[in-house]
Amino acid sequence: MTHATTALLLTAPIAVPLATSAAHAATGLRGVRPYRRAHAPRHSAALAHRPPPPRTPAEPARTTGSTAAAGGPATLTGGPPAAPPGPPPFATDGPPAAPPFATGTDTAARPLGTWLGLVSPATILFCGAALAATVPDRGPVTAYGRLLRADALTVWLLLAVGAVAALACAANPSHLAHERADAGAARRYNLLVHAFLAAMSAAVLAANLGVLWIAIEATTIVTAFLVGHRRTRASVEAAWKYVVICSAGIALAFLGTVLIYYAARQAGISEASALDWPTLAAHADRLDPAVTRLAMSLIVLGFGAKAGLAPLHAWLPDAHSQAPAPVSALMSGVLLSVAFAGLLRYKVIADAALGTGYTRTLLAGAALLTLALAAVLLLAQRDYKRMLAYSSMEHMSLIALGTAIGTPLAVSAALLHIAGHGLAKTVAFCASGHILRIRRTARIGRVRGLLAEAPALGTTFGLAVVALLGLPPFSLFASELGLARAGFTAGHGKVVAVALVLTLVSFAALVTRTARMVLGPPPEPEAVADGPVRLGAAAAAPLVAGLVAAAALGVATGPLTRLLSAAGEIIGRH
Amino acid sequence: MNDSVYTQLLDLACGAFLLAAVVVLWLRQLSSIVQVFALQGVALAAVAGLLGVHEGRWDLLAVAVGIGLLRAGALPHLIRRALAAGTPPPTRHYEEDVSEARETQPLVNVAASLLSAALLTLLAYAVARPLVELDPTPATSALPVGLAVVLIGFFTLVTRRRALAQVVGFLLLDNGITATAFLAASGVPLIVELGVSFDVLLAVLVLQILTTRMRAAFGGTGIDDLRELRD
Repeated sequence: MTHATTALLLTAPIAVPLATSAAHAATGLRGVRPYRRAHAPRHSAALAHRPPPPRTPAEPARTTGSTAAAGGPATLTGGPPAAPPGPPPFATDGPPAAPPFATGTDTAARPLGTWLGLVSPATILFCGAALAATVPDRGPVTAYGRLLRADALTVWLLLAVGAVAALACAANPSHLAHERADAGAARRYNLLVHAFLAAMSAAVLAANLGVLWIAIEATTIVTAFLVGHRRTRASVEAAWKYVVICSAGIALAFLGTVLIYYAARQAGISEASALDWPTLAAHADRLDPAVTRLAMSLIVLGFGAKAGLAPLHAWLPDAHSQAPAPVSALMSGVLLSVAFAGLLRYKVIADAALGTGYTRTLLAGAALLTLALAAVLLLAQRDYKRMLAYSSMEHMSLIALGTAIGTPLAVSAALLHIAGHGLAKTVAFCASGHILRIRRTARIGRVRGLLAEAPALGTTFGLAVVALLGLPPFSLFASELGLARAGFTAGHGKVVAVALVLTLVSFAALVTRTARMVLGPPPEPEAVADGPVRLGAAAAAPLVAGLVAAAALGVATGPLTRLLSAAGEIIGRH
Repeated sequence: MNDSVYTQLLDLACGAFLLAAVVVLWLRQLSSIVQVFALQGVALAAVAGLLGVHEGRWDLLAVAVGIGLLRAGALPHLIRRALAAGTPPPTRHYEEDVSEARETQPLVNVAASLLSAALLTLLAYAVARPLVELDPTPATSALPVGLAVVLIGFFTLVTRRRALAQVVGFLLLDNGITATAFLAASGVPLIVELGVSFDVLLAVLVLQILTTRMRAAFGGTGIDDLRELRD
């Protein structure tokens, strides 16, 4: 691979979403409306102030070009009240009719939303696939000095981010069409979603631990308004808790990073490379153990907050239940894992400086505490979006447990778990968005007989929960089996046994609640009289694709096997 | 500047830095809290500037000026603006001040808060011992001050019940971390420092907009009103 190609492959996952986001901002600036909220221009200005990503010739330029072309008609017809041309993309003829479509949204969101929305995830996936073909054999690649770097772990996460983002972005237009959002709100939403993708790609690709931290904090800032998108009391409360707890938590991680930097400088590493991960990992045995120990506790606490691990997890169920469904999918499916991947990088350093015992104790403690909390709260859960959020905490603690076990097999299983959980949780959250729209309630008790009223929706939601339960053929079955096996082989039988019991409790809670929602007669028999609610191809496609991908990953990892084991070797120790 | 003057000035700046954090716990009027926070920003910039002069690094002086502008200028200005948006115009006759501008009911009262600050400072000294032992210089000997401010900031964040007091708590936490970075290793690399400052600025902007929305949705900025979501 030539140098230019490498640079292109490493830049595009960040630059293309950023350019898309800027394009959404630009369409807003052209069609200035008097009623626009004060913070929208401020946000686009903030984006423009960001150090411009080194542009690579081909793709970003093409994106902006097509945006300008697509943006033209949108702004011309964007004003109210233009009649929506053609049928809405999401056909429902069910009795509890969907809210009347906001005409402005339909015209403004579609040309930009549907196709442009898929460009960024496709770019991330493509770059991930291209890197996956070379990185496991030829080793990591870097670009721009040592700013961006891709090793097997990076590539695996890029693929996970790309896949989940593709599903979520495909679900975006139908979600927006059913929100009573005006064109401005739809544009802000798209702008923030793509900036969110760019921040996640940057976090995955950063070689410098300081830049990694900046990117993770940027995800908090960008998603704050997505969580508070609806401006109801509940969503404002969720957004406030989210920003305060995550920012404070991640600030602790920065303190840890500063202490690592201090230890590295004292160990004689130069200022330029004292936060460079490969350098640090290579010279970690020279770091002062006492300082590293303090730093690592802060880092586990801080990145753990962002990854949904106890004790700073309180924001998670609120934010995930209040965010729009596709955003919940992104946050739960990949943002948690991207934050956790930051922790994985530090684990390598701490293991070399302190031996494996210290980090293992911290991670296993956090994992078991989170698992117990999630199990207890799942037992008492009455809201299905919160139920999915607590299930995310359960799965993140299993991933943390795999990391705590720490053998290459366990880490590979944890990484497979990241991908499988991302896909299944995306389908579950997107389906829950449709359920919320049809039934207009988030209470589990009021949703009954989903299968009878909306067969396609009931089936996909049910199957997604089956995947989350860890049943075959879905990949969470394979990864949980791998985790348990690795744990018993490495001699951590007791911890794994406790985790299995707690997982069983969550399993039972999820099964009973989902069964109540999906099965049984519908609450109003006359509702089904005029035929079941159809999901429509545009809305069903991402759900089915996600389930198929999760199942395929469970049957065989195929060409990804080498990548997965290479990533396991990077983090895992024998 | 000889070494003893440098050490004394550095200790003075660090003392002012810690004192400002304690005074924030002592005060109740939010506008005075913001004023003290701005003074703390000045002390932090002074720490960075002193280190720059002592090491003869002019880039560090530029960073110190930037930090001063951000933490003593821009951030207090943002909070003051959010504060002004929520304060009703003063009435002529006397009324009990129950407006947004006062921290009326902290979870822990002022006397207990000050006592906790003392305990947290002791804790910071205990925790920081290995950090100081690694490289004992005048700057690293002051490291516990940075950690103490981090802990006091966290304490403020947890115990104060006004949205803007929580923002100040978060910013104290952040000031403490920046001070730790300067005292331990003369600051993180420039690109990281820039990114972090930018993130902090944006986070405060986001929180400011959220307080406006909170006021619109709840009619106030008391954290205790946030009771919609719980299990």
